[in-house]
Amino acid sequence: MFAYYLDLALRSLRRNKALTALMVLAIALGIGASMTTLTVLHVLSGDPLPGRSGSLYYPQMDPRDMDGYKPQDDPPEQVTWIDGMALLHAKRARYQALMTGGAVPIQPANSAIDPFFEDARYTSADFFPMFDVPFLFGHGWNAADDGASAHVVVLSRKLNDKLFGGKDSTGQMLRVDDMAFRIVGVLDSWRPTPHFYDLYTGSYSSEEGVFVPLTTATDMKFTHNGSNDCWGKGQSDNMKTATCTWLQLWVQLDTPAEAAAYRKFLLNYSSEQKALGRFQRPPNVRLPDVMGWLDYNKVVPSDVHLQVWLAFGFLLVCLVNTVGLMLAKFLRRSGELGIRRALGASRRSLFAQLLTEAGVVGLVGGSGGLLLALLGLWLVRRQPSDYAALAYLDLPMLLATFAAAVVATLLAGLLPAWRACLIPPALQLKSN
Amino acid sequence: MSLQIKPILVALRRHKAGTLLIAVQIALTLAIVCNALFIIHQRLATLSERSGVDEANVFVIANQWAVDWTTQQIDAQVRADMLALRQLPGVRNAAPSTGYPLQGGGWDNFITMTPDQIKPTTDSAVYMGDEHLLDTLGLRLVAGRNFHSDEVLVMGTQQALVPPQVIVSKALAHRLFPDGSALGKSFYAMAASPSTIIGIVDPLHRQGASPWDKLHAGQSLIWPARPDDARGVFYIVRAKPGQLAAAMREAPKALYAQSRLRIIDPKDGIQDYAQIRHRVFDSDRGMAILMGIISAVLLAITAAGIVGLTSFWVGQRRKQIGIRRALGATRGDILGYFLTENLLIGIGGVLAGVVLAFGINLWMVSQFETARLSLAYVASGVVLLLLLGQGAVLAPAVRASHVSPVEATRSV
Repeated sequence: MFAYYLDLALRSLRRNKALTALMVLAIALGIGASMTTLTVLHVLSGDPLPGRSGSLYYPQMDPRDMDGYKPQDDPPEQVTWIDGMALLHAKRARYQALMTGGAVPIQPANSAIDPFFEDARYTSADFFPMFDVPFLFGHGWNAADDGASAHVVVLSRKLNDKLFGGKDSTGQMLRVDDMAFRIVGVLDSWRPTPHFYDLYTGSYSSEEGVFVPLTTATDMKFTHNGSNDCWGKGQSDNMKTATCTWLQLWVQLDTPAEAAAYRKFLLNYSSEQKALGRFQRPPNVRLPDVMGWLDYNKVVPSDVHLQVWLAFGFLLVCLVNTVGLMLAKFLRRSGELGIRRALGASRRSLFAQLLTEAGVVGLVGGSGGLLLALLGLWLVRRQPSDYAALAYLDLPMLLATFAAAVVATLLAGLLPAWRACLIPPALQLKSN
Repeated sequence: MSLQIKPILVALRRHKAGTLLIAVQIALTLAIVCNALFIIHQRLATLSERSGVDEANVFVIANQWAVDWTTQQIDAQVRADMLALRQLPGVRNAAPSTGYPLQGGGWDNFITMTPDQIKPTTDSAVYMGDEHLLDTLGLRLVAGRNFHSDEVLVMGTQQALVPPQVIVSKALAHRLFPDGSALGKSFYAMAASPSTIIGIVDPLHRQGASPWDKLHAGQSLIWPARPDDARGVFYIVRAKPGQLAAAMREAPKALYAQSRLRIIDPKDGIQDYAQIRHRVFDSDRGMAILMGIISAVLLAITAAGIVGLTSFWVGQRRKQIGIRRALGATRGDILGYFLTENLLIGIGGVLAGVVLAFGINLWMVSQFETARLSLAYVASGVVLLLLLGQGAVLAPAVRASHVSPVEATRSV
C-alpha cells in the first residue's frame, strides 16, 4: 500500500512543481539554519572528557579579607599559591593537580626555525593521569620532579612535529627561555572542548604546546597568562606570597562519598585558616564538577544561543508557511480525493496517502537542509573565532537533521491532511 | 471599498484555516524581523564607533623578547627601538604602549575619588606610554597639555607604579567631573596615591568592545610610563600619509637590525587598523550579516506563502468571481476585493506580531542583555509587512480580475 501512496505522492508533487519546490525550499532553509546553529551549540556545550568529567572537581574557597564583603558572594574562581600547595600536598583526592597558563620563548636548536613564543601549561604531575592525556612517546613527570623543580618538559604532538619532524624526541634537550629542558614525553593529539581546566586563556583555545612543572615555572619566573585577582596588598614580585588567586586546582574524586568528604575537608581547611587569621571571611567553599563549572562560567557565547533561537523562529515560520501551502495543495485536489473516497478508500487511507506526500516533501527538504547545514558549517569554520575549527557535523546530528525534517513536515501535514479528508465525496462528484 | 469589508469578512470565515495561517505567518515574521533589524542596527552602531586613532596611518607591532632581560636592559632596547623607528623615512612617530584602542581587551582599573572608597565610582581602560603616544595615535587633545619627557616613568614587569600625572578621555573626565572642571583634579585608580588630570583627549576608545566595555564606553586614561615589560611591549607606529604599507615593511627590518633577540609573530605580529578593526568586530559583523540574511529570506518565504495561498483561493473562487463580474462588478472591484482581503488579514497579523515582537524583546532583554526595542522599528516593520502582503497578493489578484464573466455559466 505504501508503494502506491508513494507513487501517488510523487505524481502529485510533480504536477505542481513551483508549489512543491517552494515547500521543499522552505523546509530545507528552516532545517539547514536550525541544524547549523544547533551543531555549533552542540559542539560548544559538549562534555570535554566524556566518561571522566563526572569525577573531576574544581575546589573553590574564599581567602579574601573583609573589604567589600557581602555574605552572598561567590568565592574567587581560582586559588592562591599557599592554598593550592596546601591542598596539593594534603593528597586527599585520588589525583590532584595545581596549574596555570603562560607563554614561553622557545629557542630551537635547528637554526632554520626562528625563536618563537609557545603557549605553555605550568602544572603538577597528576595533570596527565587525571585528565587521561594520551602520550605518543614517553610519559609525564612525577611528584619527585615537581619537588625538585626539575627542568623537564612535555611537548604537544603539533610542537614535536614542528621541532623534530614528528620523531620520538624524548631524552633530547630543548632550550626554553635560555635554559635547557629535558623532553620526557610527547602527547598524542588532545584537545578537550571546551578548554575546561583553564577558562582564562580562552574557553575554546587549543591545547598548549609545552607542559612544564609548576614549581619550575615559578622558580624561573616564566610569564603567566590568565586572570589574577588580588586584594589587600595585592600584586607583588613574589607570586608565592601575593594575596592573589591565580591558580587552578583540579581533583579527581571517584564516588559521591569521596566528594562529600572532600567538601568537608575544604570546610575544615577554611575554618582552620580563619582560626589562624589568614582567612577573614566565614568559610565559603564550592566543589563543582566539570559540567557544573562550565555552566557556572557560561562558557557558551550568548550570541550562539541567540542564533539558535533565531534559527528556530525561522524554522517555525517556514513550517507555518508549509502548512499553508500544503493546505492549498490538498484542498485543490478535492475532486481527486472525492473520487478515491467514492471508490471505497477510507478516510484513514486517504490520510495516510496525504501524509506520505508530506513525508516525501520532508525527506527531500531534509536532504536540502543537510546540504545547507554543511554549507553553513563551512561558513562558520571560516570565521576567525577560536571555536570555529570545531564546527563539524557528527553522525547523531546528521541523523537528527533528517528526523527533524521529516517529523516537522509530518506535523505540518497533519492539519491539511485532516481537512482534506473531511471532504464529502458525493459533493465533489456532483460538482464535477 | 469600505462597503466590501463585510462580505470579505463573511468569506474569510469560510477559510478560517488559511486566513489564520497567513496571519500567524505575518505575525511571526514581523516579530522576528523587527528584533533582527534592531540587533543589526545595534551591531552596526558598534562597528562604526570612533576609536580616536588616526586609523589610516597607524599600525601596531607586538614585540616580544626572545631572552630574559632586566628592566634596565629592556628600557635601553625600547629607547633604541623607538629612535630607529622614528628615523625611518615613512614614519611620522612611534611610541611604546601597554595596549591600543580596539585591541580586543586589556588592562582596566576601577576609579575612586578617595583612597579608602570601597565602591568604585567607575571603571577606566588604562594605557601607558611616553610623551610621543598622543601624536603617534593621532589623538585630539581638547584641553590641557601632553606629557613632558621628564614625567615619563620606567615601569618594569608587573610593577605597581602610579604616575602622578594622567591624561584622560573626555568621556571619563565628564563621568568623574560632570561640571566640566576635570582639568587639574585628581582621582585614584586602584592605587594609594592620586593621579592629577593634566590633559583631556577626545575620543579615546577602550581596548575592548565587550558588554563591560560598552557599559563604560569611551572611558580611558593614559599614564606617562614606558612599559618595559619582560613579556613584551606594543610598538605603536604612525606612518606619514600614504606611506603605511612601506612603513609596515620597513619597521620590522629596522627593529631586527637593532637586535635579533626579539620575536615578532610573522603571522599577526604587525597589524594595521583595518585588520585590528576587522578582528575586534568580527563577531558583531557576522551576527549582523546573519540577521540580515535570515530577515530577507523570511520576508521572501512569507511573500511566497501569501502568493501560494491567494492563488489557491483565486482558483477556488473563479466561479464566484465570474458571477460577480456578470452581475456588473468591474475588474477594479475584483482587484480591490483581494487587496482589501489581504490588508484585513495583514492587519490582524501585524497586531498579533507587534505584541509578539515586544514579548520576544522583553525575553531577550532578560536573556541576552540587549536593549529595549524602539517603537520606530516596530512601526517600520508593520509598514514593511503590510506592503509586502499587498505586493505578494497583487499577481494573483490581477489574475482574478481577468476572470471572464463567462466563467459564471460554466459547469453546475
